[in-house]
Amino acid sequence: MWEYTDKVQDHFINPRNVGEIENADGVGNVGSIACGDALRLTIRVDANQVITDAKFKTFGCASAIASSSMLTEMLKGMKLEDAKKLTNDDIAKALGGLPKEKMHCSVMGREALEAAIANYTGAILPMAQGEVVCECFGVTDLEIIRAIRENSLTSVEDITNFTKAGGGCGKCEDKLRALLAETVAGEAGHPPSVVKKKRMTSLEKIKKIEEVIEREIKPTLKKDGGDIQLVDVDGDFVTVSLRGACANCHSSRTTLKEYVEKKLREQVLESLVVEEDK
Amino acid sequence: MTVLSEQVIYMDNNATTRIAPEALDAMMPYLTRFYGNPSSMHTFGGQVGRAINQAREEAANLIGADPSEIVFTSCGTESDSTAILSAIQTNPEKNHLVTTRVEHPAVKNLCDNLEIFTGRKYHVTRLPVASDGTLDLQRFKDSLTDDTAIASVMWANNETGVLFPVEEMARIARERGILFHTDAVQAVGKIPINLKETAIDFLSFSGHKLHAPKGIGVLYVRKGTPYIPFMNGGHQEHGRRGGTENAASIIGLGRACTLAAEMMTEENTRVRALRDKLEHGLLNTIPKSLLNGHPSQRLPNTANISFEYVEGEAILLHMNQVNICASSGSACTSGSLEPSHVLRAMGVPFTAAHGSIRFSLSIYNTEQEVDFVLATLPDIIAKLRALSPFWEDK
Repeated sequence: MWEYTDKVQDHFINPRNVGEIENADGVGNVGSIACGDALRLTIRVDANQVITDAKFKTFGCASAIASSSMLTEMLKGMKLEDAKKLTNDDIAKALGGLPKEKMHCSVMGREALEAAIANYTGAILPMAQGEVVCECFGVTDLEIIRAIRENSLTSVEDITNFTKAGGGCGKCEDKLRALLAETVAGEAGHPPSVVKKKRMTSLEKIKKIEEVIEREIKPTLKKDGGDIQLVDVDGDFVTVSLRGACANCHSSRTTLKEYVEKKLREQVLESLVVEEDK
Repeated sequence: MTVLSEQVIYMDNNATTRIAPEALDAMMPYLTRFYGNPSSMHTFGGQVGRAINQAREEAANLIGADPSEIVFTSCGTESDSTAILSAIQTNPEKNHLVTTRVEHPAVKNLCDNLEIFTGRKYHVTRLPVASDGTLDLQRFKDSLTDDTAIASVMWANNETGVLFPVEEMARIARERGILFHTDAVQAVGKIPINLKETAIDFLSFSGHKLHAPKGIGVLYVRKGTPYIPFMNGGHQEHGRRGGTENAASIIGLGRACTLAAEMMTEENTRVRALRDKLEHGLLNTIPKSLLNGHPSQRLPNTANISFEYVEGEAILLHMNQVNICASSGSACTSGSLEPSHVLRAMGVPFTAAHGSIRFSLSIYNTEQEVDFVLATLPDIIAKLRALSPFWEDK
């Protein structure tokens, strides 16, 4: 049973602004029946660039319907400029929050809004130009990167909750992990510079590596049924052994380089090289 | 918010059932006055052991087994794990398992993990099903090899109620010298079963699906079947399952088994008639609704119906508003982002899979309840379809 707020339940049971505006100024269609949810948003925009009316039709679960209903309520009377700045988090907050597994419903609302505005202005949707990463749900890298940035996502599971990417066959998980690592590294600027300044003793280095593995890397791998053990640290060479699901995973090499090494380089020392104990 | 049992229309009996008042009555003394350990030497404990053995007889009678073939476990899942892990341990030279694509997670995930976590020492054949959810016997026959340690096929599917020809399959497996297990959690108590006349080696069932409490299960192990315990410990259950017996629940289960045997005719006549009334009523009054699963080769209590162009969770929550309890195979309710693996294996189109609702009845349901659902559901579906961007185009 999902824990929905009273607001979500209210907007689900008594949805506002259901329907379609005839000859709408902007139409946004996102999702599909195969994906399990879809939203058609229509908006009316007046000469002063203010959204005077918004209506929706949604196929989906309670939170998808509630997110759509809330979005139309928020849009009415809003300046187009302000509507462009609306994020999925704004929608979720207006509903008093959504279960984390349902955050993608608020993302769908925001994407429909963007599509409707693009339809009105005649612009090309920037997000659709990205490269499709998750083929099951047709999610592009640009959408994923934005979700990571705007919502400070920290795991592949988070990405799935927010964008649905990775929620189908799971083949894109390594790509998601790489995107996450890249985006997080990019967001942080150059954090390693702080670490680099002071020369670490070998003992400090080993302790730090151990700590990052225990605190961050291990829990992430465990979510996927994997595990990791630190075997040895020799200079800048870190030897680990991958266990559990990781041990037989085709992409363990990618995990090692794209995730483990990257994480350790970011947080401990940029010159570290991680290898697997075979 | 609290909802009491007398306020709900409970049509989710494949998920769990209410405890039969008779079963609870039988249990109560063993939760209060008779707290002795059945293994003790004194009469105070020993009398609990006698009550457990009576329950063992009652459980055996329901499935046509000998009491010595009954092992009490904590749940259906434990029974499944015990049977399959025992079979692969007693056949160390074999590395192949046969199962289906529509098993309950108790078997499905065990088989998946056996493949993954043993470094692919084991490989698993997962038999496909037809669009009506039925299995092909020839395909089963062809899947068995000299390396097959065990075949595990559910007796009845939990989502659709579709029955599989496990008796025939067990015979085929026996001819090849292969052990056969069936997860009969949904079948026991709903259809007559007589294991003496079959070649089934292991059968799992669970108390809470037949009006006994949660936390008690049974594994039937045919006499003479090689066996290695899953739960190691004391000599309980003749060394086949360590751990002090869950005495009260075992006694409740025994009573529930006897009741199920007494109610078997009612289950297959009155409950079936209620299910049919519900099913035909919904299919006839709601356009674009369809039955998932074979129309007749099915449990008497289960109806899985898809309402196209609407989403299952939304339907369930509207039903919840009027205190009707059921389940859905939609993505949003499964906690994943894809509809149930059973409906996908059957090739149910996405338009229908996302809008599937499972109604599962019991002897406690009444005709008034069915009438109420029939009167309520068309409006719920119509309301949701009015919201659906795909509906107007139809």
